[in-house]
Amino acid sequence: MNAATMRRANARSLLRLSLLALAMFGFGFTLVPLYDVFCDLTGLNRDAAQALANNTQVDYGRSVRIELLATVQDGARVRFSAPRQPVDVHPGELVRLDYQLENLSDRELVGHAVPSYGPAAAAEYFQKIDCFCFREQRLAPGETLRLPVMFVLDRAVPCDMNVATLSYTFFARGEGS
Amino acid sequence: MDAHATTADPLASTHHGAPRGLARWLTTTNHKDIGTLYLWFAAVMFLVGGLMAMLIRVELFEPGLQVVQPGLFNQLTTMHGLIMIFGVIMPAFTGFANWQVPLMIGAPDMAFPRMNNWSFWLLPVAGALLIGSLFLPGGAVAGGWTMYPPLYLQGGISYDLTIFAIHIMGASSIMGAINIATTILNMRAPGMTLMKMPLFVWTWLITAYLLIAVMPVLAGAVTMLLTDRNFGTHFFDAAGGGDPVMFQHIFWFFGHPEVYILILPAFGIISSVIPTFARKPLFGYASMVYATASIAILSFIVWGHHMFTVGMPAAAQLFFMYATLLIAVPTGVKVFNWVATMWRGSMTFETAMLFAVAFVCLFTIGGFSGLVLAMAPVDIQLQDTYYVVAHFHYVLVTGALFSIYAGIYYWLPKWTGHMVDETLGRWHFWLSAISVNVLFFPMHFLGLAGMPRRIPDYALQFADFNRIASLGGFVFGASQILLLWVILKCIRGGRRAEAKAWEGAEGLEWTVPSPAPYHTFAQPPEVK
Repeated sequence: MNAATMRRANARSLLRLSLLALAMFGFGFTLVPLYDVFCDLTGLNRDAAQALANNTQVDYGRSVRIELLATVQDGARVRFSAPRQPVDVHPGELVRLDYQLENLSDRELVGHAVPSYGPAAAAEYFQKIDCFCFREQRLAPGETLRLPVMFVLDRAVPCDMNVATLSYTFFARGEGS
Repeated sequence: MDAHATTADPLASTHHGAPRGLARWLTTTNHKDIGTLYLWFAAVMFLVGGLMAMLIRVELFEPGLQVVQPGLFNQLTTMHGLIMIFGVIMPAFTGFANWQVPLMIGAPDMAFPRMNNWSFWLLPVAGALLIGSLFLPGGAVAGGWTMYPPLYLQGGISYDLTIFAIHIMGASSIMGAINIATTILNMRAPGMTLMKMPLFVWTWLITAYLLIAVMPVLAGAVTMLLTDRNFGTHFFDAAGGGDPVMFQHIFWFFGHPEVYILILPAFGIISSVIPTFARKPLFGYASMVYATASIAILSFIVWGHHMFTVGMPAAAQLFFMYATLLIAVPTGVKVFNWVATMWRGSMTFETAMLFAVAFVCLFTIGGFSGLVLAMAPVDIQLQDTYYVVAHFHYVLVTGALFSIYAGIYYWLPKWTGHMVDETLGRWHFWLSAISVNVLFFPMHFLGLAGMPRRIPDYALQFADFNRIASLGGFVFGASQILLLWVILKCIRGGRRAEAKAWEGAEGLEWTVPSPAPYHTFAQPPEVK
């Protein structure tokens, strides 16, 4: 092989091997969705994953009815609504509920929802993992937001507490904010 | 060419106005210079990683916290792993490839000499980032060399630096691998068909393909860590819907082929050394080639055995378990062939051969403990215990590192033109071979008894074996100074080496004078 052919052959190898390296870089990223596709197709890890997620700390022997309320501070032009039905919750069970907040004004709106509990003694048994009340809400004119709250009712909740109320009041912040 | 003139100054007879001193090493495109640079880089990093290992063993000498605090201890174990894998074993093998591949296939140099220079000089940069992160606020990375999230998503600035260091080392390895693969594919001497190549060249060709296939996957994985940390993606961040177990899947898709990247060149070196000192051709050459290739292919479908405990379904555990056990077959072929090569050979035990024989014995122990760990029900008991530490140190220290020692003792005469001081070499061998077992063998017992890895303090019942392991560790560490002495002594002088330094040596590298002239095979040799 003379020098020129050798150079050409080497350049070809360089190109091919670099493309292979590049393709494998991309492959690393496609592995992320591919694993999901693979598990969906084969059913692998779907049941097992569910089984792992099972919470063994749920007290199925009793349940507490949670009434849900949403109120708005006077004057704020929003519609704030709680889920329509009360929910029956087993102590220890992870519950997710969605509130809804709609901006009825033609201005951007910023505000905050503040929780309260009835009876007040129930407050200490709500262990919130995530709540929209942790954060400020910001709504464009006419925008509707779905606001999730996730909580576990503590297993230590007293046996005579059969009903509790979870209530949120939305306070809009003043103009110009 | 006058061999003596080239010893005095390798550049004198062939170059006019070539840079001298430091500039020579910075700008060199010569495969022998770059091979030397790689090997010295590995030696320096070996010292750094070794000192970290010594500190670890000092802390584990007795229960309780004495010398280092847990935070620093975690940094030491993490950095020790990263440095030894990416800074020592991989560069050392690339150094061997740079020196030996062109000599063994009769090529004048590597295919892309300038890229070769670049792929080396990226390494000190990466090493500086990695080691420099020790001195940043919060210290170096401490989440284990496997870089698992969530720890790697939560750490400080040194985690970003380490990720960059991995990127740079990966780029360096990929360029090195492309260079080596192209050299082997295109630049063999006329008449040297693929199946006539020395086995070291074969193992490196396959290793190069493994590197090109999986280093980019690692680069992708650490890029995802980087964007999760800094740019709001949620590949592995559970709070945003990501999955930390996904990282383990991607990492070990790289990680298991990486294990063979660290051991296949070792097989190649051992397959060169044993036939030389057994004075017989390698037994079962073709089966060696096929065994190497099948190990490489199988390495892509066994990554799950590193993560049996993440909660994978039984079907997947069984698949990964059987696939892993299958790798024992080609590996067994190799060990059988090495033993068969020695069988009824006229063996002599120069230091290179001593290390090669020790490799065959001790690597096999590491292989067997690997089989134990491959069994899912057993692995679930032994996951993250010292049994695993014992296993991978047997394959990496008495495997990969011992093969590097064998290769150094074997090819030093070709590199320096002087024979090695065999008396010192034997001292180095026996001290290392005994102490390394004192160091790592008790770790099997510790692991079976349940001692977890990566912990600076431990329960009292583990004290005796830890003390024994630490003592072995100190002797092993100190013995490596002997190796440095042997190498320096060999560079400075000694009995002159013939072109064919060893009586039983075969191959093109032994047809050029010792030391190998700066330029070799400008005219390709004819291979019959």
